Amino acid sequence: MSEPILQVRDLVKHFPVKRGVLFRRTIGQVKAVDGVSFDLNKGETLGVVGESGCGKSTLAQVLMRLEPATSGTALFEGQDIFSLNGSALRRLRRDIQIVLQDPYTSLNPRMTVGDIIGEPFEIHPEVAPKGDRKAKVRELLDVVGLSPEHVNRYPHQFSGGQRQRIGIARALALRPKVIICDEPVSALDVSIQAQVMNLLAELRREFSLSYVFIAHDLSVVRHLSDRVGVMYLGRMVEMGTEEQIYEHPTHPYTQALLSSVPVPDPSLRGQREIIRLTGDVPSPVSPPSGCRFRTRCWKARDLCATETPPLVDPGTSPVEGATWPGGDEGASHPSACHFPEEKPKVVA
Amino acid sequence: MTDPTAAASAGKMETRAQEEITAEGHGARPGGGADDGKQRSLWGDAWVSLRRRPIFIISAVIILFLTVMALFPGLFTSVDPTKADLSLARQTPSADAWFGYDQQGRDIYARVIHGVRASLVVGVLATLGTVLLGSLVGLFAGFYGGWLDAILSRFADVFFGLPFVLGAIVILSTFNPPGTPYGPVRIIFQVIFSIVVLSWPVTMRIMRSAALTAKQQDYVKAARALGASPTRIIFRHLLPNTLAPVLVYGSIALGTYIALEATLSFLGVGLRTPVVSWGVMISDAKELLRIAPHMLLFPAGALAVTVLAFVMLGDAVRDALDPKMR
Amino acid sequence: MSTEGHPAEPPNESPLQDPAAPAVVQQGAEPLLAVSGLHVEFRTREGVARVLNGVRYHVDAGETLAVLGESGSGKSVTANTVMGILEMPPAAITAGEIRFRGEDLLTATASRRREVRGEGIAMIFQDALSALNPVFTVGFQIEEQLRQRRGMSRRDARKRAIELLDLVRIPNAKGRVRQFPHEFSGGMRQRAMIAMSLALDPEVLIADEPTTALDVTVQAQIMDLLAEIQRERNMGMVLITHDLGVVAEVADRIAVMYAGRIVEEADVHSIYRQPGHPYTRALMDSMPRLDQRGQELNTIKGLPPSLTAIPKGCPFHPRCPMAIDLCREKDPELLPIAEGRVSACHRSDELMRDE
Repeated sequence: MSEPILQVRDLVKHFPVKRGVLFRRTIGQVKAVDGVSFDLNKGETLGVVGESGCGKSTLAQVLMRLEPATSGTALFEGQDIFSLNGSALRRLRRDIQIVLQDPYTSLNPRMTVGDIIGEPFEIHPEVAPKGDRKAKVRELLDVVGLSPEHVNRYPHQFSGGQRQRIGIARALALRPKVIICDEPVSALDVSIQAQVMNLLAELRREFSLSYVFIAHDLSVVRHLSDRVGVMYLGRMVEMGTEEQIYEHPTHPYTQALLSSVPVPDPSLRGQREIIRLTGDVPSPVSPPSGCRFRTRCWKARDLCATETPPLVDPGTSPVEGATWPGGDEGASHPSACHFPEEKPKVVA
Repeated sequence: MTDPTAAASAGKMETRAQEEITAEGHGARPGGGADDGKQRSLWGDAWVSLRRRPIFIISAVIILFLTVMALFPGLFTSVDPTKADLSLARQTPSADAWFGYDQQGRDIYARVIHGVRASLVVGVLATLGTVLLGSLVGLFAGFYGGWLDAILSRFADVFFGLPFVLGAIVILSTFNPPGTPYGPVRIIFQVIFSIVVLSWPVTMRIMRSAALTAKQQDYVKAARALGASPTRIIFRHLLPNTLAPVLVYGSIALGTYIALEATLSFLGVGLRTPVVSWGVMISDAKELLRIAPHMLLFPAGALAVTVLAFVMLGDAVRDALDPKMR
Repeated sequence: MSTEGHPAEPPNESPLQDPAAPAVVQQGAEPLLAVSGLHVEFRTREGVARVLNGVRYHVDAGETLAVLGESGSGKSVTANTVMGILEMPPAAITAGEIRFRGEDLLTATASRRREVRGEGIAMIFQDALSALNPVFTVGFQIEEQLRQRRGMSRRDARKRAIELLDLVRIPNAKGRVRQFPHEFSGGMRQRAMIAMSLALDPEVLIADEPTTALDVTVQAQIMDLLAEIQRERNMGMVLITHDLGVVAEVADRIAVMYAGRIVEEADVHSIYRQPGHPYTRALMDSMPRLDQRGQELNTIKGLPPSLTAIPKGCPFHPRCPMAIDLCREKDPELLPIAEGRVSACHRSDELMRDE
């Protein structure tokens, strides 16, 4: 396996909840991300899935240093992202970039496309000498499949998919090594979504990029990811290769999530087992003790309320009574559940 | 003065809805202007589009005309605006005096011409001052937030809470007690100063709320992720997107300020004779409205045309700065 | 369970002679809700956008019709027109009929339309947070209709509101009825809106992307709930969505929209087995699937047309892999391609022969 380019350890991000107008006091903490660890390997796409409020977008913000981390480390090529400042942080910006979700607000409506894609070069003038910039902008437009003639247009003259391409060109301008994609296709129509996903896959090959691909759509994540992490209420609950997660999920949340995805095949109607979760996701201000999923889990026992299950491979599970149910060789992967168990045929 | 923030945000929502219709209905439509290989930017495009707008041209011509009048009143009249002949008092317009005579028998036409200078200077400079000061403070308060915002906002509230006339009387009578022989230039600047000091909180509030909205947009996030400095974010990303409501307010406020100058003159703390201003003329005419309406009609009409010109200019600039309106 | 809503297929002649007639007509009985030949324009500064260009569909009691389309296809505009909540201007209805139990709503009086709205046809929206008024309690918003339209007393209305919240399985309905929309979670809010739409016992429920803003696990709950309520009350449901997965799970019939017209209509099983329009087929091919990790997705090239300049001929031809000269010249009519199926494509017979 290739070496990790990004190593995240015990990442925590809590947002204080404040009350009061003049004298604001902290009355609680939104535990948006609460101890997340993962490695991103070179040239790999790590998918992060989870429902709204699970902390996946906060994860992106913290990794981009848009929000300060509460604790934890993130090493990019051995260098701690969170300790960088000044020019070192600026240097890091060239290596890690982000593609945002909403193509309608992520582009400044009063800047031309040329200015938008050229801005990275203005901020980092050392990347491209002034004379080269125009040519570079045109080249980038071409790379993402837009006509270089469009430099003088404004964002509103483009459709959603085209705007997302502009956002991708901007992220690509500084030739980063890692791109964090925060729900890059969820605001797009199906037919356009496919175009943008193909583009992302193509760019990864062409520029040997590594992606952290954050999305709530499980099919989209599977399509692009090599490995997948599933998040629930600020924690990573299961992590494995795309095949392990989608074909051999062992965490009950992952299983429920996968079985809830509607399958575009009416002949399977009523034939597949759908795990219907009850209730809503608990508030991240006061998450349940122990396993955070226990309040909605059909397998929950007393142990789940008292002890937090670590994200470990059940083959080496420290908890007594937990057994790896067999299944395929090599299907064993980390799952933060006291009673991990493979369920046959979760995905139809 | 009411808080115009609400109106500003309502306007924003409308544009958003409009945008959605356009975006949905049109997909990609060919861009305006030919792609001539040169890269353009917002301000350049705005200038090109401004020059094509009849509203801009009309307002610019009026403003240019007023400016010439302010600089060279002798080109338009040779009558001394201060020469009083009581035998002509309150005479209605005639071939001799196109706008008639006032209470003291002075030529109203000459006075309107000579009054442009003081009125225009007060209006334009007070507006510029208010807009610049208020916008800057509002931008910084909105962008940085936290304690800086709290302090600046409370500070603005203090000035906002002062009734304008009372505040202006205090300021002007402190700097300029009755009987002091200060020249008109000094008094004009004192009037401008008191208007700016007492009105900047309005623009500050408009700008602050616009900046708060703009700050949360994803494009600001993207710029920060690229490593853009706060100055860059404020002036490249926030300012162009927050300018519109302030421009609209500013162009309307200009007229108000000219009228405010009149109020101060009327109260005896502003400009006074021998300085001629529309404000002084309007306040002189107030009590005689029923006897000699022409005394009010002409300076007020000139004021209305001036305000209209600036409102049109503000509108044209706002539209030119909005790529969707081109 | 998932058989078609019609007892018997009609002989195919009669709907053909009258182009304005609903695509698939039941013999004898009038459909519950039938839209035909609906044309709507948006008159904007940029010109006239022809948003709907002859939409026709119908729904019967106890049946779910899914209206499938991408943004700008006109699926929501059709629904808003049916509800009579289209903003006019800028919109203008230039032709068409909307028949509810045989009565044309477009020629009905304003007061009659108000009567139908809520009692005859009700609608739920994608964004429950903005569809509910933030300054009134959820209970009040449900009770208001009951008191105004049913003349109920305050107490009876409160009782009924609690029943309705119970019906949509909001836990602790008694306490919840006094809460404000922002105190509800996304899923609960959607349930509250469903409760509100059911207050006057509508016969047709139009659900405009009811689960798009929700997470998958909550989406499953809401779709179950809608399906159950529909079954119990024998309601007709028009489900507007872009999600091919949701459609496959709940719809009886599907109408596919593109550029303001219906391009294909069929029962759910046959359309997934064999799409009868290239656009439908391309949509299905471009969807990433949970059970696949393909290297490249099939895409539909290009963009949907600008509604101010819909291309001549078939509106899909610039993006269609099967386009021939005829497609650039002549706009295809919506014609039967199999029993109970219609498609607007010159080459649909080839599509049906494939495979």
